[in-house]
Amino acid sequence: MTQLPPPSVGGDGAEDVPVAAFDDAHLQPYAKHPRRAEIVVGACLFVGFLGFVAYGATYWVGGQTQVEAVTLGLGFFGFGFAMSAWGKYLMPKGPFTEDRHPVEGTEPEVQALAAAVSERGKMVFRRRGVLGGLLGLAGAAMGVVLAFPLLRSLGPQPMKALDTTDWKPGAYLVDINARRITVDDLEVGGALTVFPEGFVGSAIDQTMLIRPSSVNIVTKPGRETWGPQGYLAYSKVCTHAGCPVGLYMEQTQQLLCPCHQSLFDVLDGAQQVFGPAPRPLPQLPLYIDSLGYLRAQAPYDQPIGPGFWERS
Amino acid sequence: MSSTTTPPPGPPAGSVPGVPSADGKQKKLDPVDAGVKWLDQRLGIAKGGRTFLDKIFPDHWSFLLGEIALYSFVILILTGIYLSLFYNPSTATVVYHGAYAPLRGVRMSAAYASTVNLSFAVRSGLVIRQMHHWAADVFVGSIAVHMARIFFTGAYRKPRELNWIVGVTLLMLAIVNGFIGYSLPDDLVSGTGIRLAFSFVLSIPLVGSYLAFFVFGGNYPGNGDIIPRFFILHVVVLPLVILGLIAAHLGLLVRQKHTQFPGHGRTEKNVVGTPMYPAFIAKTTGYLFMITGVLWAMGGLLQINPIWQYGPYEPYKISYAVQPDWYMGWLDGALRIMPSWEFVGFGHTIPFEVFLPAIIFPGVTFTLFYAWPFIEAKLTGDRAVHHLLVRPRDRPLITALGAGMLAFYFTLFSASSTDVLANFFQISLNSVLWFFRFAVIFVPIIVFFVAWRMCIDLSLSGAGKRKRANIVTRSATGEYAITKSDRRPGDGHEELDPELVPTFIEVPDTVGMGETVGVRRIPRRV
Ligand code: HEM
Ligand code: FES
Repeated sequence: MTQLPPPSVGGDGAEDVPVAAFDDAHLQPYAKHPRRAEIVVGACLFVGFLGFVAYGATYWVGGQTQVEAVTLGLGFFGFGFAMSAWGKYLMPKGPFTEDRHPVEGTEPEVQALAAAVSERGKMVFRRRGVLGGLLGLAGAAMGVVLAFPLLRSLGPQPMKALDTTDWKPGAYLVDINARRITVDDLEVGGALTVFPEGFVGSAIDQTMLIRPSSVNIVTKPGRETWGPQGYLAYSKVCTHAGCPVGLYMEQTQQLLCPCHQSLFDVLDGAQQVFGPAPRPLPQLPLYIDSLGYLRAQAPYDQPIGPGFWERS
Repeated sequence: MSSTTTPPPGPPAGSVPGVPSADGKQKKLDPVDAGVKWLDQRLGIAKGGRTFLDKIFPDHWSFLLGEIALYSFVILILTGIYLSLFYNPSTATVVYHGAYAPLRGVRMSAAYASTVNLSFAVRSGLVIRQMHHWAADVFVGSIAVHMARIFFTGAYRKPRELNWIVGVTLLMLAIVNGFIGYSLPDDLVSGTGIRLAFSFVLSIPLVGSYLAFFVFGGNYPGNGDIIPRFFILHVVVLPLVILGLIAAHLGLLVRQKHTQFPGHGRTEKNVVGTPMYPAFIAKTTGYLFMITGVLWAMGGLLQINPIWQYGPYEPYKISYAVQPDWYMGWLDGALRIMPSWEFVGFGHTIPFEVFLPAIIFPGVTFTLFYAWPFIEAKLTGDRAVHHLLVRPRDRPLITALGAGMLAFYFTLFSASSTDVLANFFQISLNSVLWFFRFAVIFVPIIVFFVAWRMCIDLSLSGAGKRKRANIVTRSATGEYAITKSDRRPGDGHEELDPELVPTFIEVPDTVGMGETVGVRRIPRRV
């Protein structure tokens, strides 16, 4: 540092930044007892140092999650706390101020800008209305065709995918290990997740097989043959928002969806009795073939799962 | 900053009695002088740079909330980059053979396997993974609280409406990116979240099924496209957008300068507080490290999202009593208490039971947030520029409105644990549900009136300035005298008048180099 010109730092010299006296109160540290603050800062820096070193050592000897957490956490915190305390207590306490200059321009400046925008804009399009129209047309076409790769290419159209499942007439019910289910597989009061054979694990085909009793059950008029020997099968996809309706409660003969607590009455065609689900779970008509295998008489008679616009 | 090569010293400004010219010889420039000069000749940093170093930050604790958000985002980026080094965004099926014994031999997606590996086989990996998750929760939380302080102190009023809009967008994107990140490990809980997301998109009238199929690459669960797609959104697209918006947020802040609370020497025409360099930089860098330390410690001590306990996602499995991250709670609650109103007719279905709470409701929420500064200006007719903040109590109606809003969302949030509450209090789910259906209407109204009343009482009582105690003394002759107590501890310093940040400090020759920092001293000619 050598000689310095006088402190005229306002640029145009309009505002001279004042020179402070050495003992100006604003320049004194914020702490009443700077010495103590220094000790605290020093101690924290030391804690930080110890934390860092301890973390290094922990890592070196093989690591342990909790110790790693405490050591490095302490390291960072001590380090940061020291820095903040240094900044708060040992630097000039101020308060300092700065002027706030309005951001807005003068009225003529504003008008000049607005005029420039509108006049030049008009100049571009005046008497070139046709070109303007063409520009709009081409732009619109660009927008529309860009939607093809950007959106349309991302996936197939729904077509009938939401209306159907892989359940076909005669499909065998299999469990998650692809084993065919026979009439002896469930005790009364038992429940099992089943799939059509060949589609194990499928999200849309998942079906809850329940056996509330050992005699045929009729859950709704017109479903006289759907529940042979007490076996009932309902789509496991909640009609509310699609969670697996996973919990069968035997005492109340209800199915519970854990997502938003919709309840379905098993003996009443999985009629929704509580919660936000708007419809019963679709029922899969079953039959038992001559070898004792459980099979589907027909697919679900309606789309499974949550509602959508095309559902009628 | 002017340097030694500028024209000879003019008449000293202010009280500077002049500078002693050295013996006329040009000495070597100080490296900082040289560096600044080099940059200034190329970028013209001198004037703006000085203004920047002198930028004033008001000293009020509530200004820290935004910094917490900023720094947790820094942590999210750093930890996120680290996670990306291990995480494998693929739904290809693998059989696990890693360090975590209970899952050995289990078939799972590569995404799930890589996350389990990161948790068990990478030293400090679990800490960093959980730190990322905690940082996400803190990020969204601090944005929300920061926004509440902006709201209650009126900091969004003209000329800061644009920054309010940027802020609301940041809140929205933070929530979205949090949800998407939560889905990446492909565990049982997050998979259920993705299933719900599919149904939400599906519920949109007219285009819902098309949109859902495009986003997921087919009917649920899609072709395994969703995880890699979410990954790119989560680690590239949304973070870049958020980063850009944060830059805009801070840029606007610098351009418009901070608001401040009224007080000694504080006016609409100035900003009073701590200058950027060095005091604020020191404090704020310190906060960055403190927040890092806290989040790191949380990452190692407080378990969050133990995906190895949930198991890999299978579409036909479900786990019980797991809540989404807290910032999704308001939507989950809304879904739960929504009555099952489905519109069926004209060969079409509109699943209002999902469409209203999951799509319309957040849409309306954020539209209202966006529009609030303009709605308020319209209602109050107040179109003046405001740089001074208000105390919440001084605007009883608006404060009460804000409190009511908060109560509304908090009630919805509580409604997301209807099942837990029913179990805990041993009451029927039905009563809990109906309780919340009413509570969501009445709690906000009650809170509104209570807050309103409190504001009025507080501003009437003039509370807020600490009063000194009256000390009653009885003299030996039995006379009583009342004196005020001394200033109480914590009452703070006697405030000086705010001053411009000085460039130079005079140092009398008799004094050595002093204690002060951040200013260049010039010796005084004696
Ligand atoms: C807005 C900021 C962000 C939020 C709110 C956020 C949130 C989350 C959340 C909640 C998770 C789940 C963590 C778990 O428990 O496993 C996650 C996972 C992940 N995040 Fe982020 N994140 C953000 C930014 C980033 C960035 C910038 C990157 C990378 C550059 C990133 C990379 C990852 C990766 C690779 C995972 C999956 C690995 C894992 O789950 O362990 N995140 N994120
Ligand atoms: S998904 Fe079943 S109740 Fe919501």
